Amino acid sequence: MLRTTSVDLVSAQEPTKRVPVGRRVFLGVTGLAALGVAFGGSIQNFLGNAFGSGLGGLLPGGDRFRIYSITGEYPKIKDSDYRLKVSGLVHHPKTFTLDDLKAMPVTSFTKTFQCVTGWRVPDVAWEGVLLSDIMDAVGIRDEAVALTFESYDRSDTESLTIDQARLSDVIVAYRMLGAPVTTEHGGPVRLYVAPMFGYKSLKWLSAIRVVDRVQPGFWEQNGYPVNGWLDGTTGPTNPDPSLT
Amino acid sequence: MTVTQTTTHHVVRVMRFDRVQRAAHWANAALFGALMFTAIPLYFGSFFGVVLPRHLIEQIHLWCGLALPIPIIVSLLGPWGRGMRRDVRRVNAWTRQEIRWLQTRGRSPLEADKFNPGQKLNAIFIGAVILIMLVTGSMLQWFRFFSVSLRQGATFVHDAFAFAIFAVVIGHITMAITHRDALRSIFKGWVSEQWAAVHASRWLKETRDGDGSPDAR
Repeated sequence: MLRTTSVDLVSAQEPTKRVPVGRRVFLGVTGLAALGVAFGGSIQNFLGNAFGSGLGGLLPGGDRFRIYSITGEYPKIKDSDYRLKVSGLVHHPKTFTLDDLKAMPVTSFTKTFQCVTGWRVPDVAWEGVLLSDIMDAVGIRDEAVALTFESYDRSDTESLTIDQARLSDVIVAYRMLGAPVTTEHGGPVRLYVAPMFGYKSLKWLSAIRVVDRVQPGFWEQNGYPVNGWLDGTTGPTNPDPSLT
Repeated sequence: MTVTQTTTHHVVRVMRFDRVQRAAHWANAALFGALMFTAIPLYFGSFFGVVLPRHLIEQIHLWCGLALPIPIIVSLLGPWGRGMRRDVRRVNAWTRQEIRWLQTRGRSPLEADKFNPGQKLNAIFIGAVILIMLVTGSMLQWFRFFSVSLRQGATFVHDAFAFAIFAVVIGHITMAITHRDALRSIFKGWVSEQWAAVHASRWLKETRDGDGSPDAR
């Protein structure tokens, strides 16, 4: 089977003609991956919109929450122990129990949860109290400019301007995905700021302080924009009303 | 194959993997194992905290991922990498017969090389996913340099290929533990001549003829 007549040593070693299949498959697979990086987001969004999050949730990588925690642990808070302390530049400082919050007017809507790192979960059902209603309940003073949020794990903090906090899709949520907010999602009570990236939606909400200037929160101190609008702009007001 | 196990004293040994290749395989396997093990709680958040705290799992996943190409690169470069480089050429170069064998899913005749077409595909796939997972994983780690759309695409590709890797690696391990003679060669380096005559006949001929394929040493 050796072609001993050949003067070419390389081909003399080859019993038959060779095809560089390895190189082709390698380039084909990596090319496919590159296309996936370029267009995977659009494909996922299209499938999510066309078939709802049910199908997307079955696809690998699609529509799935990644659970983040700064401390590496989840604060475990019993519903009966839960307290939300609202203080600062307010007329009537107040501490809310979970029942207090549930007794207030209910706001519910279905919105996408979009993480700044790229994953998203469409069609998440949210339910809770408008932050605006909580501010009205305590009565904020004229000199108030912003809100500072603190979490039960004492690690995460967040901020919103008063105008941002007044938006109609910014809530203190106690139900999510059709059930009470679970511990890993920040339960029993978390913030949900629909027009901004997920890091603004602080989990395990323990306190709101009304303050006279924006105090950048944990993630902002680590380089994220203070105003985390979903379209990536960094201004204080939402440039795209359709996002709210 | 059973022949080789019962008549060990008379087995003619044919070298299949040199020390460098075996070390590279096991270093690569250890990294893949650590990455796959840590990927499960990172993907299914609810497992979080059961074994290790999440931030530790993240760090293990990150550093193993960054180290992933090292065994392959180090084993290919340098004077010790001759066996590796030779096998990379084998994996790359296919005969028409091999292509047909794969197209007919093993029903056409095959005078097998050192690796059969399925084994070659496995090696090519692993090589490609090392690059793909490293690039998309780095995009997720240092996401600030990429648009949200690219981050989403990188997440999609990283997750989709992770599923493919689990399928391929489980297949690889299943084939390995059901083919003991071949399995031994990744521990001890050699296969029996009888095994090679059945499963890698072209390679065996080449090593016997010594026509530029000095795998037997």
